Amino acid sequence: MANQIALRRPVLDGLSVQRQWVSVKPAAPASRIALRAPAESLSQLSASLSLTLPSKVRASATSGTRTALCLGPDEWLIIDADGVDIAGEMAGVEAFYSAVDVSHRNVGIIVAGEGAQAAISAGCPQDLALREFPVRACCRTILGKSEIVLQRTGDQEFRVECWRSFADYVFTFLQEASRDPLI
Amino acid sequence: MTAPYRIAGKGHLGTAPVARFTFDGKSYAGLEGDTLASALLANGVHLVGRSFKYHRPRGFLSSGVEEPNALVGVERDAARTTPNVRATVQELYDGLQAVSQNRWPSLSFDVGAVNNLGSPFFSAGFYYKTFMWPKAAWKHLYEPFIRRAAGLGVAPEQPDPDHYAARYEHCDLLVVGGGVAGLTAALAAAESGARVVLVDEQPEFGGSLRFESQTRIDGQDGWDWAQSAVHRLAGMDNVRLLTRTTAFGYHAQNMVAMIERVTEHLPGPLPDLPRERLWQVRAKQVVLATGSIERHMVFPNNDRPGIMLASAGRTFLNHFGVAVGRNVGIYTSNDSAYYAAIDLKKAGVSVAAIIDVRDNPKSAIVDQARALGIEIKAGHVVSGSKGHLRVSAMIVKPRGGGAEQTIAVDAMLTSSGWTPSVHLFSQSRGKVAYDEATQRFLPGTYAQACVSVGACNGSDRLEDLLIEASQAGRGAAQAAGVDHDAAGAYPEASAAEVWTGGMLGVAPGVEDKKAFVDFQNDVTAKDIAQAVREGMRSIEHVKRFTTNGMATDQGKTSNMHGLAIAAEVLGKPIPEVGLTTFRQPYTPVTFGAIAGNARGALFDPTRRTAIHSWAEEHGAEFEDVGQWKRAWYFPTAGEDMQAAINRECVTVRQNAGIFDASTLGKIEVVGPDAATFMELLYTNPWQKLEPGRCRYGIMLREDGYVYDDGVVGRLAADRFHVTTTTGGAARVLHHMEDYLQTEFPHLKVYLTSISEQWAVIAVQGPKSRDIIAPLVEGIDISDAAMPHMSVREGKICGVPTRLFRMSFTGERGFEINVPADYGRSVWEAVWAEGKKHGACAYGTETMHVLRAEKGYIIVGQETDGTATPDDVGLAWAIGKAKKDFVGIRGLQRQDLVAPGRKQLVGLRTKNSTTVLEEGAQLVADPNQPIPMKMLGHVTSSYWSENCGRSIALAMVEGGRNRIGDILYVPMPDNTIEVEVTEPIFFDEKGERLNG
Repeated sequence: MANQIALRRPVLDGLSVQRQWVSVKPAAPASRIALRAPAESLSQLSASLSLTLPSKVRASATSGTRTALCLGPDEWLIIDADGVDIAGEMAGVEAFYSAVDVSHRNVGIIVAGEGAQAAISAGCPQDLALREFPVRACCRTILGKSEIVLQRTGDQEFRVECWRSFADYVFTFLQEASRDPLI
Repeated sequence: MTAPYRIAGKGHLGTAPVARFTFDGKSYAGLEGDTLASALLANGVHLVGRSFKYHRPRGFLSSGVEEPNALVGVERDAARTTPNVRATVQELYDGLQAVSQNRWPSLSFDVGAVNNLGSPFFSAGFYYKTFMWPKAAWKHLYEPFIRRAAGLGVAPEQPDPDHYAARYEHCDLLVVGGGVAGLTAALAAAESGARVVLVDEQPEFGGSLRFESQTRIDGQDGWDWAQSAVHRLAGMDNVRLLTRTTAFGYHAQNMVAMIERVTEHLPGPLPDLPRERLWQVRAKQVVLATGSIERHMVFPNNDRPGIMLASAGRTFLNHFGVAVGRNVGIYTSNDSAYYAAIDLKKAGVSVAAIIDVRDNPKSAIVDQARALGIEIKAGHVVSGSKGHLRVSAMIVKPRGGGAEQTIAVDAMLTSSGWTPSVHLFSQSRGKVAYDEATQRFLPGTYAQACVSVGACNGSDRLEDLLIEASQAGRGAAQAAGVDHDAAGAYPEASAAEVWTGGMLGVAPGVEDKKAFVDFQNDVTAKDIAQAVREGMRSIEHVKRFTTNGMATDQGKTSNMHGLAIAAEVLGKPIPEVGLTTFRQPYTPVTFGAIAGNARGALFDPTRRTAIHSWAEEHGAEFEDVGQWKRAWYFPTAGEDMQAAINRECVTVRQNAGIFDASTLGKIEVVGPDAATFMELLYTNPWQKLEPGRCRYGIMLREDGYVYDDGVVGRLAADRFHVTTTTGGAARVLHHMEDYLQTEFPHLKVYLTSISEQWAVIAVQGPKSRDIIAPLVEGIDISDAAMPHMSVREGKICGVPTRLFRMSFTGERGFEINVPADYGRSVWEAVWAEGKKHGACAYGTETMHVLRAEKGYIIVGQETDGTATPDDVGLAWAIGKAKKDFVGIRGLQRQDLVAPGRKQLVGLRTKNSTTVLEEGAQLVADPNQPIPMKMLGHVTSSYWSENCGRSIALAMVEGGRNRIGDILYVPMPDNTIEVEVTEPIFFDEKGERLNG
């Protein structure tokens, strides 16, 4: 049988942008689950995930290496930096839900620095002022001509998630946007 | 070196450094802080352009964005030449190079000026009348003439080397205009804690305080007050101040588009900075403080260089320290020009006389002028001017008639009053209302969360204006939800200028000939009167007939004059004649700024698969499929496209081929009701499909027509892996979500796009199993354990896979799904095995040929949105026992069950080497008269190396009953004879799927 183990080749491997006011870097590979579930399933799912799933759209919750982003009334994106089998942990849940592995569908990009908000605001029409979009806020939105999921991970740090084949566009967009020094 | 018209100690530029520049190749010196206009005037240069139609010499009319005349080209380098720059807006920088436009061979001697002599020929509506006849003259005379005359300046031919930024911004309050009203409103709102954006098109805030010499606020000189207000605002972190930024478009829900000129005022190029920045501001509240624009007096030959607006004369003097002449004549119908006369006189400039249309002007400012010894000729009009390239005299006569008097001048300042700038208000869909007493349109009914303050709202008294603006600022903050104490102090006017009054149109007793209303489009008062006489009634018609207000200045100085003249000739009140619509942009906006970074790689996302780089390294040619790049074919050295495809097609059927199918749409359907949902969305039955098996599914629209197709694998009782066409991926998911949410919300099922989760490697051909066998773990891939149309989960190359046994070639085939980041690595392993078995990599073209050999349809190629499953030979895919699915009723429509529908057939050309053209029409009798009865058309056509002949698929009326018939394909050069066949050309029994 096969001796050769396939290698994971992230699409943005080796790319990074570093400017005085902002940096743009690919996030490390992670496990991801697209979770869909009705409200009545949440407590069981939360227990199995060791993480309280936020029920407010645009909110996220983090526990250890795991973050759950509430993107819709019955929709979460769960990201675990540890590369674990998240769906496997939910396998015992009796309640109705759908967990689909999207670990490779999405690509994460970390935008950090005092110019991070400005760089994203070059193509994202959401109000990203700290008051309106505080740390841990998240949403599905657009950046230029691509759909993204955006999460604020710090006062001056964001995680941008997009689909794999849009990563080149999104990264290049942020690279171009980061040229603008206006904060 | 002091420029001759610069007055030491005047203006706000102080001891600014010298900036050297050229105009039409001649060198001059100005100061940093100058505009190109003020620097030229400081050097005594008034002649800067030729008019559009008559090529008349023109100078500066204004000192701002309303400028209709002084359009110049600014040339930084070959790629950075900007035509039609308003010299009154372009800031001076050291090394600036500007050229005049619309003249040949030179500005002072222009051949095109003969148009001026023939001006009756070019009168209103000349486009519509003259060029209609004779017809031949259009091509040889008129069109070349228009093409040469139309358009100003020259666009650069090289690509734009600069980059442009964009920014979305949100705020509680956007204040447009940073004059006294805007600053006051912004301060009041900002102090309440609201997020405020204050924007102004000038390099500095202050608005008309730039030139108002007699305004004092809170005990300070107006300009100084403005600077201290800006200083206060700049210190607040809830305020964003944007200068050199024009709000040019007011969209729905308080979305205001603005353009910021970042480097246009700097010597450059500065590759680190964007040239311009496009702002899209979503404001909870908007305060419009856009001010007003002065109008010129309309009199014969009022367009000579040196004849300017009074406010422009004051701006050049009081802000830039430049006198527009040494002996200036004033012509006015209101008080504001008196301030200009007084400022000039006090600065040591001689004022020849003030000609005032009014019989007995009475006000403090008139008294002030008189006290300074300025001659005032009340009840007089200017009936003409003299001079060639510069005004040399004004001709004056009593308004009621009498002897003309020529008064020598070297410049003239005129004012007929002020027009409130309601452009943005109007763009916001607000309705203007005509104020009879002051003869002006003011904001009437608001359509958005917006309020106008100051001069644009007709607030003439500074005392009132300051209260109005303060209240608007505080009120907007409150309306935006910012809690604060609504009361508060507001600035107090210690002294103010009063400018009310004025007139519209031509003064009584003055000819309308060569009395210009619209300078940029060369429209005179006479043209407008003529338009009315020729039957134009609405101002919209008058505008289009005369082109009044249709130039790039959008009639900022001309619209009200034009309207008043039309109204007078019609004998109607102004509001009944109407006001033309204000459209964006307020001032011209560059394409560069609108395009932003959406060019090159960022024009549109280019989607590439995980295997793309391998294909690239192996010489693939790519084709665009939507946003995707797909490997089209893989030519080896010396192969042309057809040779490569022939080799690929034969190799797949002889040995095997490997194909990147990653772009296929994929949807995971999960939940206890998954099979029920699939039954409703697809024509096929799904309930009895066992986990581990696949089925080819057809999806219809409600109307019964084929919408998409694809192979669906059942992974578990409650889990399906659905594939869609590449192009259909997004819309099929939306279609499914739409039905799930609106028609079948009771079903316990969720849909998730997994198109990009999985890279898909198709291995097709008799050796396909041998190729993958060494790589697969934990799956028995024997025919017995894994027959055609089955799916298994396991591992390949040590990583998880969903392995499909399926075929789009008619050969034994597998589709290996692996998580996308592993795609290239697994592909390389498959390729290494494949080479041992003589396999090739193949692209989309070979995929198309192979499936056509088998008669497999492609949705969107054989179907066109009007084909039923039966039309394309797929009636078998409809579950006969099913009671419901999307499209089931549509399929029963009369015309969908009627005989004679177009049906999928094959075509064999009589000459086997002839490859038909896709889209070609089919007829029964090629000798029938035109128009012929067309029976159908060719949908797919290829050379098939495997069949040794051409093959084609077609949709033909009653096609299945014509099998064996001869039809004809009429082409431009010949007629091609074809035989109608079954739509299958290779392995008709389908034995190779298992062989």
